[in-house]
Amino acid sequence: MTPRRRPLLRSAGLVVSVAVLAVIVVLGIAVGAKQIPLDQVWHGVFHYSGSDTDVVIRDVRFPRTLLGLLVGAALGLAGTVMQGLTRNPLADPGVLGINAGASAAVVTAVSFFGVTSLTGYVWFAFAGAAVVNVAVYVLGGTRGATPVRLALAGTALTAVLIGYINAVNLMDTAALDKMRFWTVGSLASATLPTVTAIAPFLAVGGVLALLIARPLNAIALGDDQARALGARLTRTRVLAMLAVTLLCGGATAACGPIVYVGLMVPHAVRAVTGPDMRWILPYSAVLSPVLLLGADVLGRVVARPGELQVGIVTAVLGGPVFIYLVRRRRMAQL
Amino acid sequence: MSATVKSGEAVGPGAGKTRATGARRVRAIRTKGGLSVRLDVRATAVGLLLLAVALAAAVALIGSGDYPMTPAEVLAALTGGGDAGQQYIVHDLRLPRVLVGLLVGVAFGVSGAVFQTVSRNPLGSPDVLGFAQGSSVGALAAIVYFQADAFGVAAGAVAGGVGTGLAIFLLAWKRGIHGYRFVLVGIGASAMLYAMVLFLMTKANIVEATRATTWMTGSLNGRDWDQVQPLAAVCAVLVPLLLFFGRPLRMLEMGDDAASALGVRVDRVRVVVLLAAVVLVAAATAAAGPISFVALTAPQLARRLTLPRRLRGGGGSAPMPGPNLVLSGLMGAVLLVAADWASQRLFGADQLPVGVLTGVLGGGYLLWLLATERKAGRV
Repeated sequence: MTPRRRPLLRSAGLVVSVAVLAVIVVLGIAVGAKQIPLDQVWHGVFHYSGSDTDVVIRDVRFPRTLLGLLVGAALGLAGTVMQGLTRNPLADPGVLGINAGASAAVVTAVSFFGVTSLTGYVWFAFAGAAVVNVAVYVLGGTRGATPVRLALAGTALTAVLIGYINAVNLMDTAALDKMRFWTVGSLASATLPTVTAIAPFLAVGGVLALLIARPLNAIALGDDQARALGARLTRTRVLAMLAVTLLCGGATAACGPIVYVGLMVPHAVRAVTGPDMRWILPYSAVLSPVLLLGADVLGRVVARPGELQVGIVTAVLGGPVFIYLVRRRRMAQL
Repeated sequence: MSATVKSGEAVGPGAGKTRATGARRVRAIRTKGGLSVRLDVRATAVGLLLLAVALAAAVALIGSGDYPMTPAEVLAALTGGGDAGQQYIVHDLRLPRVLVGLLVGVAFGVSGAVFQTVSRNPLGSPDVLGFAQGSSVGALAAIVYFQADAFGVAAGAVAGGVGTGLAIFLLAWKRGIHGYRFVLVGIGASAMLYAMVLFLMTKANIVEATRATTWMTGSLNGRDWDQVQPLAAVCAVLVPLLLFFGRPLRMLEMGDDAASALGVRVDRVRVVVLLAAVVLVAAATAAAGPISFVALTAPQLARRLTLPRRLRGGGGSAPMPGPNLVLSGLMGAVLLVAADWASQRLFGADQLPVGVLTGVLGGGYLLWLLATERKAGRV
C-alpha cells in the first residue's frame, strides 16, 4: 500500500464503519423480546402514533440504543486516550480500575448519602473516576512502568474497590438489591431523561479527546521527543485525564462499569489505520458503539426471552482478546 | 546436635550486600553425624515471635464472644480442665473456628509467597489474579442453581478455583510457563470471571444474594470441625511440598537464566509450585471464602520483618533473601486470626465478616505499597 492511497482507504473505512453503526442501531431497536419489523422501526422513531409498538420503541428501545451509542463511543475514546497517554497497550478504563472507582463512588453516594438520581450521583462518579485516574497515571507515568505492572496495579486497585462495594452492600441490604443490577453494567434501565442528563458530559469529554489527538501522537514518541516537537506535555496530560474522567465517570454513572470495550476497539482499529491518533480516535468513536450495541443485541438474543446484561457480554468477549494480546510476542509495544 | 559453629556471614544471593550491612547473622548448626543446617538468627527469632503472636491471638479469639473467657480459662479448657459448659464452648464452638482461621492464614500466606515469587511482583498474589473470582463463580453457582448447603458451596469453590487455575495455566502456556504471562492471563480471566459472578448475583433472589455476598467477603463465622479436617489434610500435604521447593524458588527470584545455570529445572519447578499453590488457595477459599489481601500482604510483611532496613522493599531488582515460606505462612495466620479478633471486638460478635477488615486494611497497605514501589521505580 502506497502512502498516498492510505488516506483514501482510511476515509472509505470510516464511511463503511458509520454504515455498520447505522445497521447496528436499527438492529438494536428492532431485536428483542418483541421483534419489530423494520418499517415499524422507522414509523416508531419518526411518526410516533401511540401504538403498542411505538411505545416499545419510544420508551424502551430508542433510549436504550441512544445510550448504548453514547456510552460505547465514550468508552472507546477513553480507552484510546488512555492507551496513548500511558503508552500502554493494556490500558482500558475497566482494566485500570477507573470504572470501578466510579462505581465505588456511586455505591457510596447511594448507600451513605441517600442519593438516588442520576444527576446526583454522576458527580460522585466523576470524583471516583478522577481519583483512580490520577492514581493510575501517577503509577503509569513513571519511567520504566511496564504494561504488566500497570495492569497489575489497576487490577489490584479494582480488587480493593470491589471489596469495598461488597462490604457496603453487605451492610445495606436495600442498597444491595438496587446495586447488584447496576454494578453489572446494563443498558436495560435507560430512559430518555438519563440520556439527556448524561449526554452533555460525554459530549464535552468526547470533543476534548478528539482535540488532543495531535499532541497524543507526539507523546507516543516519548516525552523528550514530544517536547522537542512543541507539544505541551502538562496541558495535554491534564486535558487527557479530564476527558477520560468525564467519559468514564459519565458512562459508568449511566449504566454501570463496563470492561474491555475501550481495550478491544482501539487495537482492532489500529490494525487498519496505523498509529495515527487523528484516525484512531474517530474510528474508535464509531466502532465502539458497534461493539457495545452488538453485545447488547447479542445479550438479548442468546438469553431470550430474558437477557444478558451488556457488561457480562463485553467481559466474556473481551477476556479472550485481552489474553490474545498478552500472548502476542511483542506485547510490550503499542 | 552438639557443636554450634559460627560460620561468619551469609552464603548465597545477596551475601556480599549483607556482609556490607553486617546486620544478618547466619549460623550453621552441625551434628556429629555430618548433618548441618544453616540457621538465620533473625529469621528464626521472627518466626518464633510470629508463632507466639499467632497462638496468643488464637487464645484471645477463643476467649472472645458472647460468653467471654479469660486466657487462663481458655488454656484450662483446652487442656481438659474447666467446667462442661466451657469445654463445650471451646471445643465444639470456638476451637474449630480458630483452627480454620490459622490454617487458612497459613495457606494464604504460603501460596501468596509462591505466587509473588514466581511472578516476581509483589502484586502478583492469587487474590489479584482470577482465583478468588474463580472460586466465587463455583460457590455462587452452587448457591444459586443448586441451593447447596455449606458442603456443596465448598465443593463448588474448590471446583471453581482449581478449574480457573488450570485454565489460566493452559492459556498462559507457550513453550513453558512464564511468570508475567501467567499474571496477565490471570488478570484477563479475573475480569471475565467477575462478570460471571455479577451475572449469578442478578440471577439470585435477595436471600441468596446476601448469602453469596457474605461468602464472597470471606468469613469465619460458624465454622465447625467439618471444615477443619479437609483443610488440615490439604495443608499437611501441600505446605511441606512447597517448603521443599523453597530453595529452587529462591533461585528463581534471580531470574530464569541464573536459576537454570545453578541447576534449577525452571519450568518444572514453576509448574509444580503453582499447581500446589492453586490447590492450597482453593482449599482455603472453600473453607472461609476469598478473604482478601492476606495472600498479598503476609509475604510482604514477613519479608520486611526479616530484612535489614537498607534492603527493605520487594520487587525484582533489589537484593533479596528469597521468599521465606515459613514466615509468610505464620504471618498469614497472625494476620487472619488477629483481624478476626479485632473485627469481633470492634463491631461485636459475628456482625461483620473478617474479610471486610482484611479488605480495608489490605487495601490501605496496597496503596502504600504502590506508592513506595513507584518511588523505587518497581511498579
